[in-house]
Amino acid sequence: MANMINLKINNIPVSVPEGSTILEAARKAHIEIPTLCYLKDVSCVGSCRMCLVEATGARGLVAACVYPVSEGMEVQTNTEKCRKSRKMSLELMLSKHKKKCPSCERNHNCELQRLSAEYNCDEDYFEGEPLEHEVDTSAPYVVRDRDKCINCNRCVAACKKQSVGAIGPIGRGYAVHIGSAFEMSLMESVCVGCGQCIVACPVGALKERTTVDEVWAALGDPNKKVVFFTAPSVRATLGEAFDLPVGTNVEGKMVAAIRRLGPDHVFNMDITADLTIMEEATELIHRITNKGVMPMFTSCCPAWVKFVEQKHPEMIPHLSTCKSPQEMFGGLLKTYWCEKNGIDPKDLFVVSVIPCTAKKYECHRPEMKGEVDAAITTRELARMIKTAGIKFEDLEDEKFEDPFSTCSGGGTIFGATGGVMEAALRVAARMLDGKFEVVDFPEVRGTNPIKEATYNVAGHQIRVAVASGLSNAEEIIKGLQDGTRHYDFIEIMACPGGCVNGGGQPTLPDSMRNSLDLKSLRAQALYTSDKENKLRCSNESPVMKQLYDEYFKEPNSHKAHEVLHTSYKEDKRI
Amino acid sequence: MEHCAACGTAEQAKALKAVIEESRSTPGCLMHILQEAQGIYGYLPIGVQKTIAEGLGISLSEVYGVVTFYSQFSLKPKGKHRISVCLGTACYVKGADKILAAVEKELGIKCGECTEDGLFSIDSCRCVGACGLAPVIMIGEEVYGKLTPEKVTAIIKDYKKQEGVE
Repeated sequence: MANMINLKINNIPVSVPEGSTILEAARKAHIEIPTLCYLKDVSCVGSCRMCLVEATGARGLVAACVYPVSEGMEVQTNTEKCRKSRKMSLELMLSKHKKKCPSCERNHNCELQRLSAEYNCDEDYFEGEPLEHEVDTSAPYVVRDRDKCINCNRCVAACKKQSVGAIGPIGRGYAVHIGSAFEMSLMESVCVGCGQCIVACPVGALKERTTVDEVWAALGDPNKKVVFFTAPSVRATLGEAFDLPVGTNVEGKMVAAIRRLGPDHVFNMDITADLTIMEEATELIHRITNKGVMPMFTSCCPAWVKFVEQKHPEMIPHLSTCKSPQEMFGGLLKTYWCEKNGIDPKDLFVVSVIPCTAKKYECHRPEMKGEVDAAITTRELARMIKTAGIKFEDLEDEKFEDPFSTCSGGGTIFGATGGVMEAALRVAARMLDGKFEVVDFPEVRGTNPIKEATYNVAGHQIRVAVASGLSNAEEIIKGLQDGTRHYDFIEIMACPGGCVNGGGQPTLPDSMRNSLDLKSLRAQALYTSDKENKLRCSNESPVMKQLYDEYFKEPNSHKAHEVLHTSYKEDKRI
Repeated sequence: MEHCAACGTAEQAKALKAVIEESRSTPGCLMHILQEAQGIYGYLPIGVQKTIAEGLGISLSEVYGVVTFYSQFSLKPKGKHRISVCLGTACYVKGADKILAAVEKELGIKCGECTEDGLFSIDSCRCVGACGLAPVIMIGEEVYGKLTPEKVTAIIKDYKKQEGVE
């Protein structure tokens, strides 16, 4: 056990392990020190100077987020010197910040705005240089407004943590700004669209490219049939946008709220998560028994797919050919469902609600043929519900519509790291051994960056790995290439913790992000739903039976390949 | 325009590869590699920065961030004859701004740029340690002192003659 260090913060004694920072010690003593550039698990560089405190033995003020505690240290966090310094730092940031707060996505949810109010700042105290940089709207998923950026570098840290490194600080001194190398646009850069930069941003410098207006237009068009479907993880996070506790499953209220927006149908995307499992498990068994390219990677995460195409095109043959559940749903609606209901696909407007910004990019991939017309994030859905004046908290629960309502628990846990693997294992094991009974695979659950397990089914040894966060995916690829890792089946989700922590999820205040384990709390909502579901395995779902009986015949059939599978293209970028 | 070719020659590529191989395991080697690369190519075009990023397993934006932080690194090609106009205190009070203006006028380019034929580039520098000769410029490794706008124009014309472009 580490040595304990005793110190006093604002005269309150506190004891913390050696090596702790003043900020960590203060949190233990329930004393809040303001931060901006600090974000738990993502960024800690001490550059914003918000957390400056007085500490004995130190010359001048020190940054609490990086300054280590020492025995007998006395810290004061709320002296006039600290307050003055923080206020000036804020006013300097405000001097080169585009202060268009009322129209900003992050109005009332902005760390700079909150601190500026708390410190009674004058936003015009310093006259900054005129702000006139163009907003980068090159990408169909992320919009970057340099004039709102406060150079906290949290997005840079998030991107580097993803092993992508599309953005970084450029230049020096007053001219320093965040951008891509050689001032490339995001679309030209190595960006994979995961959106982790957006949820890391304390202000409104980064946001999703919104398609809400297109959705409103379609809803108002009498000639359009509008269909919404929601990804598994959205029900686990949407409540946060309405101040419900983190980890509240709001499936029923979410369906009710969407129905009040006025679409023709509200469906459950967990259905195509089940369908993905049917196709992917079949593909895996086919690869195992026919000595195909192994190991096989999951392909349901479009940021991961883009990462492979751009950084590791040599791994493309290892990607499952299954489309993501979003695109499977789009395909399914515009073929099977339209044919069955005598609807011209041209009159159908398909809206997916997703936790993710990369899925916005995915709908624009030419091979997806516009099967999904608009993909909106959890945040965008929340905004639409608020615009429509719907009292979310007061809604009675409602249900998804048939034929796309009943899913298995396996489809639901798709939204958390390890969920796709577990759902696939449930089905693959039953395909190999009809008498297989296990439904829980605890080895692949939880938020550890890389999880490994080996299962023996019907004489086959299946070695699996699960990684979330692209740097962990990079680690897996490295291990496969240098021969230190050996697997048969690997699940990758680009965002740490999986879709529940996606780049399109609600941006919570730093105070919550720094104290709660969002990834686990949100995932728990999905695992609880799985446990309560009578159907645990995708192959048991009556919807799967109906789809294969009526349309696809069997998994990986010719028809299934046409509608549910895809291909990838090398797009090497440095 | 061989001086401005982003990819450079096979020899340059070989030299860069050798530098990366030699230093990649040393922590903090990026600065050293960038300095060497600038020595090899005269500047740091995108192709060179990509080679370095790939060689070190870091992102291009990280390399570019360091390159743009330090004023010694250049994103633009340098000429065969690199002219450095000293803007240090002593030179400045002796009229270095007029010297710089004369050089810019004679070559038709601005400070930080390179002539289209790749022969001349202009940069400003701080003190070169020859304050007794202020105002001074350097062309390559050669120092020219006690200059006037007329004298510096004549010096550049001489270089042009040697290159057969005057």
